[in-house]
Amino acid sequence: MEQLGSYFERYGGINLLPVILAVIAFVLIGSPSTWLTLTVAGLAMGMMIFLMASGLSLVFGLMDVLNFGHSAFISFGAFIAASVLAALAAWVAADSVLLNLTALFLAIAAAALFGLLAGWVFEKVIIKPVYRDHLRQILITMGALIVAEQIILAVWGGSPISVPRPHFLTGSLIIGDVSIELYRLFAFVLGLVAYVALYVVLNRTRVGLLVRAGVENREMVEALGFRIDRLFVGVFVLGSALAAVGGAMWAGYETLITAAIGSEMMIIVFIVIIIGGLGSIEGSLLGALLVGLMGNYVAFLAPKMALASNMILMMAILLWRPYGLRPAVK
Amino acid sequence: MSDVAISADQTEATGRTGRMIVYAIIGVIGICLLFAPMLFPDVRSQEVAARICIFIVLVASYDLLIGYTGIVSFAHTMFFGLGAYGTAIALRQMGPGWDAVLLGGALGLLASLILAALIGLLSLRVKAIFFAMVTLAAASVMAVMASQFSDFTGGEDGIIYKVPKLFSPATKLLTDDDGKVLRIFGAKANGKMAAYYFVFFGSLILYFIMLRIVASPLGTVLEAIRENEMRAEALGYRVVLYRTAIFCIAALIAACAGILRALWLKYTGPETSLSFAIMIDILLMVVIGGMGTMTGAIIGATLMSLAQFYLKDLMEIASQATAGIPLLPDLLAPDRWLLWLGILFILLVYFFPAGIVGTLSKRGGH
Repeated sequence: MEQLGSYFERYGGINLLPVILAVIAFVLIGSPSTWLTLTVAGLAMGMMIFLMASGLSLVFGLMDVLNFGHSAFISFGAFIAASVLAALAAWVAADSVLLNLTALFLAIAAAALFGLLAGWVFEKVIIKPVYRDHLRQILITMGALIVAEQIILAVWGGSPISVPRPHFLTGSLIIGDVSIELYRLFAFVLGLVAYVALYVVLNRTRVGLLVRAGVENREMVEALGFRIDRLFVGVFVLGSALAAVGGAMWAGYETLITAAIGSEMMIIVFIVIIIGGLGSIEGSLLGALLVGLMGNYVAFLAPKMALASNMILMMAILLWRPYGLRPAVK
Repeated sequence: MSDVAISADQTEATGRTGRMIVYAIIGVIGICLLFAPMLFPDVRSQEVAARICIFIVLVASYDLLIGYTGIVSFAHTMFFGLGAYGTAIALRQMGPGWDAVLLGGALGLLASLILAALIGLLSLRVKAIFFAMVTLAAASVMAVMASQFSDFTGGEDGIIYKVPKLFSPATKLLTDDDGKVLRIFGAKANGKMAAYYFVFFGSLILYFIMLRIVASPLGTVLEAIRENEMRAEALGYRVVLYRTAIFCIAALIAACAGILRALWLKYTGPETSLSFAIMIDILLMVVIGGMGTMTGAIIGATLMSLAQFYLKDLMEIASQATAGIPLLPDLLAPDRWLLWLGILFILLVYFFPAGIVGTLSKRGGH
């Protein structure tokens, strides 16, 4: 057992968890082609959740602020992207990849831009007056979430909205007897790009160094004379934009969205950042992949247990590591 | 935990005039609720009165957590729902008898106790915010499970069932000389009245239990924990155990409120007992009334319930009046009433964090 433990640590430790999960699922599912389809779906879902969760986790790590309104950015991102895609319906349905890509890019850019602006306003109006006051933070961001959801209902109406997918992303890639939806591959790639970009910024730039130092020990960075509150605004705005992009991608994935999309995702986002440990993007990625894979495997094996399985996963991990897998703050 | 605490002087500053006003309001509400069947005989008002009774208990039990101990939980509807669903399922499966109410209620209470103890011991040792997230996740999983296992719970549609015969409207509690139902100030002394008074006195007993808890040594320890966790621990109090204990107590009381709700409504579904909307209601009520005050629960629950039932009519009028202006009618539509409550909520948290009771209690002091 001890030897097994040391092997586990040597070959990647907790990073191996998604792999272990995939192997267990492979044994349980039996059919390799089904397994591969589910795995790709799980990875794609994980990457989209990562987009939504990473910002929240960093914001918490840096300023000890928990934003329950984070999911409002997810909802708004989804609805704005859906509106843009609907407005560009001709481009979306066209047979030209270039037009498709432009439409998709515009939709995601609109969501991201909204996330940037709304995040900035949100930080100034909602969060700023309640720094260092957890109870009021929770209450006020909860209130903001209620208001945001009602605004979505007032603007877009209560009935579900269908989201058109760009033509070149519809359909599946078929390799042998495995079929993989193109949209999932795209979501996976986009998430991976976002992760790599975040990783590079955080680990190779001066700003990233400050952010990491701020998460690790905020007082020290402040004592060295850096304005951590400005840094925080930047991280908050970026996190909001990422959440909006995540919401936009999720809208295309679900193809039918309602105003409740944000609050539904918020639960999963919370589970992810609890599993991953607060304050680190590596943790968020690990948690998101675990949740995505788990969700898809369980949805296939025991459909009724899908969300409960994530909860059980969270409980198990909290028992094992009370602060999550890779916490940057304790 | 001091960061979650509302500052001590808010609760301790005593203003006599303000407090008299609070007690006067409480008195009026109490009398209205006590004589509700006679004062407001129509069905809708009865509904509101019973809802207010039940929500006072629910909100006060939530205040034990958030106001008195500084625990932020989002799982309160989960326990409320467990009590309601336990009773409802038993009544559905076993028929309308008191044995079903007792067994179902007891099972609901037991499930609440076990879950509360588990969640408490597992996660109350960590940060407030962490706990809030864990409870949110647990509550939403419970809501999803209730809609998934539709054989038992009726899914999104909920369950309709019969309650014990005493509460059926055809039951004659008191009869006059002709053998007809006796009227007390115009109110029929029938099963509906019995059900209302069951809810009223049930709520009253639960409320007094909570008053007792708050005034007991346990209540003092809880406030000490809220104010400064480290010092309470240093004084020798096992903070985690105390927190878990109050979490379990609050869960049990919420489950009792759920049983009352199930018996009154004769219907249990996600919308009436388990949905996140109810959690938001509870939060709003606690904040509006005033955290850390038992009287705040009464005022908050009454105000919000009245608003919920009657504000929509007002907004309907406003919406029609502004029909020509773009977007404004949409924002004023009756379905959007939560928008305005949300804005009010944010403003309250900013400017009156102590709520109505807390703010009033400070008036006229010093």
